[in-house]
Amino acid sequence: MATVFQGLGAATAISASNSFDSKKFQLPSRRSLSVRKDSILVVRSDGRVNHIMNRGARRAEQLITNAVATKADGSAASTASKPGHELLLFEALREGLEEEMERDLRVCVMGEDVGHYGGSYKVTKDLANKYGDLRVLDTPIAENSFTGMGIGAAMTGLRPIVEGMNMGFLLLAFNQISNNCGMLHYTSGGQFKIPIVIRGPGGVGRQLGAEHSQRLESYFQSIPGIQMVACSTPYNAKGLMKAAIRSDNPVILFEHVLLYNLKERIPDEEYVLSLEEAEMVRPGEHVTILTYSRMRYHVMQAAKTLVNKGYDPEVIDIRSLKPFDLHTIGNSVKKTHRVLIVEECMRTGGIGASLTAAISENFNDYLDAPIICLSSQDVPTPYAGTLEEWTVVQPAQIVTAVEQLCQ
Amino acid sequence: MALTHVAASSSRSNLLKPISTALSSTPFLRRSISSASDDSTTITIETSVPFTAHRCDTPSRTVDTTPKELMTFFRDMATMRRMEIAADSLYKAKLIRGFCHLYDGQEAVAVGMEAAITKKDCIITAYRDHCTFLGRGGTLLEAGFYGGHGIVGAQVPLGCGLAFGQKYSKDETVTFALYGDGAANQGQLFEALNMSALWDLPAILVCENNHYGMGTAEWRAAKSPAYYKRGDYVPGLKVDGMDAFAVKQACKFAKEHALKNGPIILEMDTYRYHGHSMSDPGSTYRTRDEISGVRQERDPVERIRKLVLSHDIATEKELKDIEKEIRKEVDEAIAKAKESPVPEPSELFTNVYVKGYGVESFGPDRKEVRAVLP
Repeated sequence: MATVFQGLGAATAISASNSFDSKKFQLPSRRSLSVRKDSILVVRSDGRVNHIMNRGARRAEQLITNAVATKADGSAASTASKPGHELLLFEALREGLEEEMERDLRVCVMGEDVGHYGGSYKVTKDLANKYGDLRVLDTPIAENSFTGMGIGAAMTGLRPIVEGMNMGFLLLAFNQISNNCGMLHYTSGGQFKIPIVIRGPGGVGRQLGAEHSQRLESYFQSIPGIQMVACSTPYNAKGLMKAAIRSDNPVILFEHVLLYNLKERIPDEEYVLSLEEAEMVRPGEHVTILTYSRMRYHVMQAAKTLVNKGYDPEVIDIRSLKPFDLHTIGNSVKKTHRVLIVEECMRTGGIGASLTAAISENFNDYLDAPIICLSSQDVPTPYAGTLEEWTVVQPAQIVTAVEQLCQ
Repeated sequence: MALTHVAASSSRSNLLKPISTALSSTPFLRRSISSASDDSTTITIETSVPFTAHRCDTPSRTVDTTPKELMTFFRDMATMRRMEIAADSLYKAKLIRGFCHLYDGQEAVAVGMEAAITKKDCIITAYRDHCTFLGRGGTLLEAGFYGGHGIVGAQVPLGCGLAFGQKYSKDETVTFALYGDGAANQGQLFEALNMSALWDLPAILVCENNHYGMGTAEWRAAKSPAYYKRGDYVPGLKVDGMDAFAVKQACKFAKEHALKNGPIILEMDTYRYHGHSMSDPGSTYRTRDEISGVRQERDPVERIRKLVLSHDIATEKELKDIEKEIRKEVDEAIAKAKESPVPEPSELFTNVYVKGYGVESFGPDRKEVRAVLP
């Protein structure tokens, strides 16, 4: 699937892409790179790298290959990409946000306590000091109208990022997101663009209670005209944040409350990921496990157990919740013939339900077994710790499901 | 100003105060043609009623205008009126489908507002927007018209967002966010007002109060129907919405105010002759006498017609000719619309996204690939 790179508006031709064999990690000579002073790297999930000319980027790039340590490339990757810096996921989000605010004056942030307080999860820390109160706007507690305001501002050409302090609060803004954000480009015949990013933490946390443990991806997925992505590592958090800001479409970026303190080493160079691509976390042969956000870590934990038991699961972090990256997913299904979906969404009408339908329709002939979808239970998330644990999918259940699939 | 009674006609209203004494018609035929496009003579008109203010000064009742502007007002309002009447017939002929919300009676608001602002100022309104759109020139972005929205009240936060964009870009322009007396009770309006006042956004909230929220009269829906006061800390102005010059004056005042001091509310006291939409007869919650009474006393087009005639800018016959011309123009537009083709099925997926993804879309049976999302 072609990497659609939005928002670049590069007038110059795309220079010949350099495909690198992800196993060899050959860095091009410095001289060949110096010509491409203004390029931006698009790192694809399969390790290939494309250079794209960009007027906006200011630094000469040193080539970075696949920085996400995949199973096969683990040791080689870490030696090749030792330069880089370590940070936590919320810092990665902030870095991406800051770089975009620096690059484009039209980018602004609005939300509750994003300014002086620095953000309830510190994603916007110190940005108000640097960019002022208008660009990092503290709003009153009025989700419906400040989301509407963000959309109106986007219609005039600004690129606002609306932060919901918790994704669940955005239910109050559902009308604005569904009727205005998603529809205005269509109903105006393409005349109004809404390059807005709506982001915030969601998901089941640690005993936060039902109202603060919402997974809204299931409610928003039917809205035509919007894109949804979910980040899960500092690397893809920064890349997706940047891509979302540069996209001319409205993008909803789902973060997870429990993932903000994940630490990872990410490249120093500028990189932007593709909004519609899934990430190959662990290539394998026996079964395809599709997951996103926090469940990725439960899956990886289960994968350890599975490997010990002799299975070889292929783990894909789908990242793009709308539209699905059926190309990557399809290739995987064609290889393994067995699919397990692990998600944190509700069972009824969740992302897993849509994904099951999409895979059944498109790749039915390649399936050796019915698709198994593990989702959260259809209950309001309980406060009691043990009950909350049983609401969400646990690694043991994933192992059982894989064993069942592979019989 | 001394009232000068014109001998020829007996239908002069006391509201009008003509400057010149018009007498014989023949020499004035020649004079009125040139004066119809006259931009330099200033005519001073007093608005029908004084403004009422809440937390601000009232603008002056005296408005300056030119013959050219008067004629433009007449022509624009007559076109709007004609267009809405034509839409009525087209709806009954089932050529316009869905819901059709007509603006006749309220033309003065659209025309007066246009006269006070530039195309760089933004207007956003709800669904009774045909005439506002026409007043802006019939295009979207270039003319600063931001729709056209179906959900009652949802356009007001959008309007404050437009104002935010204007303040951010330091444009020195303003946004007029229009809503009705029905929408005035929406919570998001007060939220948006709070934020606009907090950040001094150049937003002007205009309540087009036609006294009925569909079938519910304002006194049955609002504890305090003084909509211009409901901004509390935000200043407000009550304006006679059937008087295009009052509207023009108020909008000019509001623009100056908003650029300096932040948001202001304008309540336009206006009236719609039609029901809420074409599905509403409009007579179950109000009497026909009320409707015809307003039409006789306060009709905005008639007011301009009388002003034009009393200031001898044009004769009755010329105005009638203009109306005939407008009717022909509207009929031609209708004919063109009737001939225009309906969209192709492939256009179902155009513009869902700004840039497409090659995602396939299936028909309802989920078997046949209908289109690749562009």
